Amino acid sequence: MENRINDEMIEHIGILAKLELSAKEREQAKEDMGKMLGYIDKMEELDTSGIEPLSHAFGIRNVFREDEEANGNMREDVLKNAPEEKDGMFLVPRTFEG
Amino acid sequence: MELLEWTALELSAKIKTGEIKARDAVLAALERIEAGEGIYHCYITVDAEGALRRAEEVQRRMDGGELSGPLSGVPVAVKDNICTEGLLTTCASKMLGNFVPAYSAEAVRRLEEAGAVILGKTNMDEFAMGSTTETSAYGETRNPWDIGRVPGGSSGGSAAAVAAEECFLALGSDTGGSIRQPAAFCGVVGIKPTYGTVSRYGLVAYGSSLDQIGPIGRNVSDCAAMLEVITSYDKKDSTSINREDTDFTAALTDDVEGMRIGLPKDYMGDGLDREVREAVLEAANVLAGRGALVEEFDLGLAEYAIPAYYTIASAEASSNLERFDGVKYGYRAAEYEGLHSMYKRSRSEGFGPEVKRRIMLGSFVLSSGYYDAYYLKALKVKALIKKAFDEAFAKYDLILGPAAPTTAPVLGESLADPLQMYLGDIYTVSANLAGLPGISIPCGKNSEGLPIGLQMMGDCFQEKKMIRAAYAYEKARGTFGRPTLASGTDGAGRGVCAEGEGGKKSGKTI
Repeated sequence: MENRINDEMIEHIGILAKLELSAKEREQAKEDMGKMLGYIDKMEELDTSGIEPLSHAFGIRNVFREDEEANGNMREDVLKNAPEEKDGMFLVPRTFEG
Repeated sequence: MELLEWTALELSAKIKTGEIKARDAVLAALERIEAGEGIYHCYITVDAEGALRRAEEVQRRMDGGELSGPLSGVPVAVKDNICTEGLLTTCASKMLGNFVPAYSAEAVRRLEEAGAVILGKTNMDEFAMGSTTETSAYGETRNPWDIGRVPGGSSGGSAAAVAAEECFLALGSDTGGSIRQPAAFCGVVGIKPTYGTVSRYGLVAYGSSLDQIGPIGRNVSDCAAMLEVITSYDKKDSTSINREDTDFTAALTDDVEGMRIGLPKDYMGDGLDREVREAVLEAANVLAGRGALVEEFDLGLAEYAIPAYYTIASAEASSNLERFDGVKYGYRAAEYEGLHSMYKRSRSEGFGPEVKRRIMLGSFVLSSGYYDAYYLKALKVKALIKKAFDEAFAKYDLILGPAAPTTAPVLGESLADPLQMYLGDIYTVSANLAGLPGISIPCGKNSEGLPIGLQMMGDCFQEKKMIRAAYAYEKARGTFGRPTLASGTDGAGRGVCAEGEGGKKSGKTI
């Protein structure tokens, strides 16, 4: 099963994970993921037919609340952590030409 | 340094009677930090000035009768993935090297309300991903019992700080054993509460369905007192549970008469170090000697816990860590071409190898074509594991076992083989998958003098039974002892967290 993680797959995962990997990192990732998946495949031994997947340990339900502002305007405090800001907004690289 | 040997509860009581001042306790802890940090490196950030200011304020409120809780005036440490308003919170990552939160986590807010004094932020594995505290971007922490060994992880800085007497109590977080395993390795007590007991508001998310904040302390009583303070129903965390019966300190009674305790054979077999096994069996005998009914049983599915855990935790991590994109906070790469390249470069340069490994694994198990075979399969295995525990708790009040298969490994040995490191979490991850409370308590030392941790797990919401048994065991065991503490420096000049700190209000980093 280890060959499932080939160059093409690593490329695809890099896109999903938004990571740019060096050649060395790609080789390492192939090896590490192959090994880990080989181990995780152990789960296949278990018959889980008819078992409902359990996402929350106690099966609690959605929690609803009124959509009310509770924490006031924290714009200045929040922007202090921004890598770049302009006119009270987060600044990002140009995304459209025109 | 006698003051530093007191428990948190003893200290607070002595401040209340006026025997000492809150400021003296902070000064003593800071002095100990000054002496020990060159070697142990438990902290990423120490906020000496803030702690002293806060101690004066707490003292005034105690003198005025406004504050009287059991943690009033107690100097504590907070793991660096728990937000503290105005104080650097890095998650031990370059990604958040300059992040100063605009708000405090609910658990921190409650601690401060109770009069605890925050000394600083403790080292950890990057984004809590690791079992040794070696994946920290700011250098490793050393185990106070043997500085050639790791403190465990991911809350290694918190556990080591308690053991090295650089604080009286600490907050950690536990996604797959990150409170219990370092507590075991450092000879201290750690509690992972039932999922939903402590608000996750302000805890930087790793595996949201598994993460819980909990206490690490010198003994069971200190931990129970801290847990009582940080437990709350919080609308800011949609998974918070409105619990009753949370006066955990009321469970500090020396009585296990008739308590039914199960010892899973699955936890005592292959892969378990001989000396750890002997210590755990001895602890079981001690409890039996106090009237508990201890028996071995087959829990089942233990070998499937790690595969399910790493699938689920990595999937959730890949989703949770998408927020780190160089836009709103944290690291942004210096060079890029366009928005998408900025995202990719910032993430690639900001995250360390273990974090990338888990984000990639998580992205894969959630990807189209593999989702059913991995992620969904893991959720079904989780359901089976939960069922196995439900059946066990129909027969037993508590499940007893080791916290980890070995004692603390030597520094530098674990990261070379990630899979091997993951296998070390075998006894702890199930509690997270099933949402159960767990406690680790020192139950002996091996022939090299390294602490061994005993784990007790309770059914959901049964912390009190667990605390009662842990307290009774601790009484029977007697004093565990302290490591011989060193001071000075190892000459390596480690632990400098200087990434882009300029101009921000933050603590002194050492």
